[in-house]
Amino acid sequence: MKSVVNKLISLIITVLVISFVTFIVFSIIPGNAAIAKLGVDASPEQIERLEEEMGLNDPIVLRYGKWLLNALKGDFGESLQYSGTKVSALLSSRLQVTLVLSLLSMGLILLFSFPISLLCVRHQGKWVDALLSGLGQVLMAVPAFFLGIMITYLLGLVLHFFKPGAYIPLSENPSRAVLYLLFPAISIALPKISMTVRFLKSSIQGELSQDYVRTARSHGMSQGKVLSAHVLKNALIPVITFLATIIAEIMAGSIVAEQVFSVPGIGRLLITSISARDFPVVQAIVMYITSVVVTAGFVMDILYILVDPRLRRK
Amino acid sequence: MKKWTLSRIWEYCKVHPKVFAGALILFVFLILSLLGQVWTPFSVTKMDPLSVSQSPSLLHIFGTDNFGRDVFSRVINGCGITVLVALLTNLVGGGIGILVGSLTGYFGGSFDQILMRINDMLLSFPSVLLALLLISFLGPGTLNVVLALGILFIPSYARIARGEVIRFKDRDFVRSARLQGVSPLRIIFLHILPNARISLFTAAAIGFNNAVLAEASMSYLGLGLQPPTPSLGRMLFEAQSYLLNCPWYALFPGITIILMILGAALLSEGLKES
Repeated sequence: MKSVVNKLISLIITVLVISFVTFIVFSIIPGNAAIAKLGVDASPEQIERLEEEMGLNDPIVLRYGKWLLNALKGDFGESLQYSGTKVSALLSSRLQVTLVLSLLSMGLILLFSFPISLLCVRHQGKWVDALLSGLGQVLMAVPAFFLGIMITYLLGLVLHFFKPGAYIPLSENPSRAVLYLLFPAISIALPKISMTVRFLKSSIQGELSQDYVRTARSHGMSQGKVLSAHVLKNALIPVITFLATIIAEIMAGSIVAEQVFSVPGIGRLLITSISARDFPVVQAIVMYITSVVVTAGFVMDILYILVDPRLRRK
Repeated sequence: MKKWTLSRIWEYCKVHPKVFAGALILFVFLILSLLGQVWTPFSVTKMDPLSVSQSPSLLHIFGTDNFGRDVFSRVINGCGITVLVALLTNLVGGGIGILVGSLTGYFGGSFDQILMRINDMLLSFPSVLLALLLISFLGPGTLNVVLALGILFIPSYARIARGEVIRFKDRDFVRSARLQGVSPLRIIFLHILPNARISLFTAAAIGFNNAVLAEASMSYLGLGLQPPTPSLGRMLFEAQSYLLNCPWYALFPGITIILMILGAALLSEGLKES
């Protein structure tokens, strides 16, 4: 219980530190919100007046405090590139798309990693294992965007499974939108599946060399039964922490995949906002991704304690 | 130390085929990218309206793009800048990371604790994301990409150097050096780090791998190297619009990136095993 509280405190501190650091750095960068709003031709007096009005001359800690209070209420200020639009309004619709995309990718990863790694362990050293391991090695070397382009070409342009670039908004036709999102999800999931399989395989193999496996085998239990009844349960424990890494990787993967498949999610918004130097939006997205990554790590830590009896007793 | 004769290198390669394969791939790319800087079969920028979107042939082995430019020439020219960026970023990240990591590992204390905490925090974030963030502070461009990725690689190098220094710092040979009054810096750089060379080489191979991948992704997203600097990631971005007419324009830069990454991955895995 105490360790859970400690972890929760360090989670909050991490998020606060990151928000403070990004806030400071974004304020140091030349070109502030007032100039962005008025354009380069504005006279110095006009800029000064607006700066005063927007509170840009206040000490930085005060401004950070104000920003943080508003952010806690879900208000991240106004976007600079789409002037007059609230950042939260910009984010909310795109967040949905990214969420669906992430969930689809996570589903694919969970669905395929376990059977494949069990298959590899069962046929260790045979051609199935060699083929899948080799394929995994190559897939891990493929850059995410290139995999996306290949999927666009093969599944989209040659086989016509989907029409690249013709994304239908979730609100218009949910099922077709999800069908479209399946293809970017595949491009995100494939390298992660090979990562997970590799990790799971070494975890299972580590368990297989334990004494209890030998005992069960000598009692006449079949290899398959030992795998499913004893080994898998124990081998899954380290995978829990690994999943936190995978969630973080999915976040990164969706930034790229959204760009390749022109899906209007927060990844795409992040890229355009960085190019347009729209810092309120960038800051909000950074905070979102930070919270997801940190929370995922926290939840996985808790799960780890719940699942592993050796840790629970402490 | 024995001499590196050809037969000894051959012996080593037979025992560690992965190292051999990885090193060979990277060597070929190094030669190709050096070649691409001084000579290419066709002009890298000149457009030829008579040979637009041609499929691979004996004349244009990788085909031509939508402006009639030779893809092979563009690829080997683009390799050069990719290799250069990857080497420079690892030089920056490795230099600072190894220095910081070994110093904090050697002296320990609360400074070490705080730095490692920050390190763990940074390492739990996907590197593409951190790179994008740094670029949003610094702005796009070749030098900024080197700087951003270099900063990004400091934590992983620091962690490895720290681990190695801690592993060796209480060994007898280090103790006896300390007793003889050798300065800490000399102990770190002349006594400990040479013993950690395999781990550091492995880290460098992984770093090279990550740098190639990150640079290509950033350039693809339009936040890395800016045109007219040729870059493989940028080429893939341009090729995406002409995917139906000339898929080879996307295929060959992509395969080049994959081979480079595969080479570095094989090298790092082989080194880890040896």
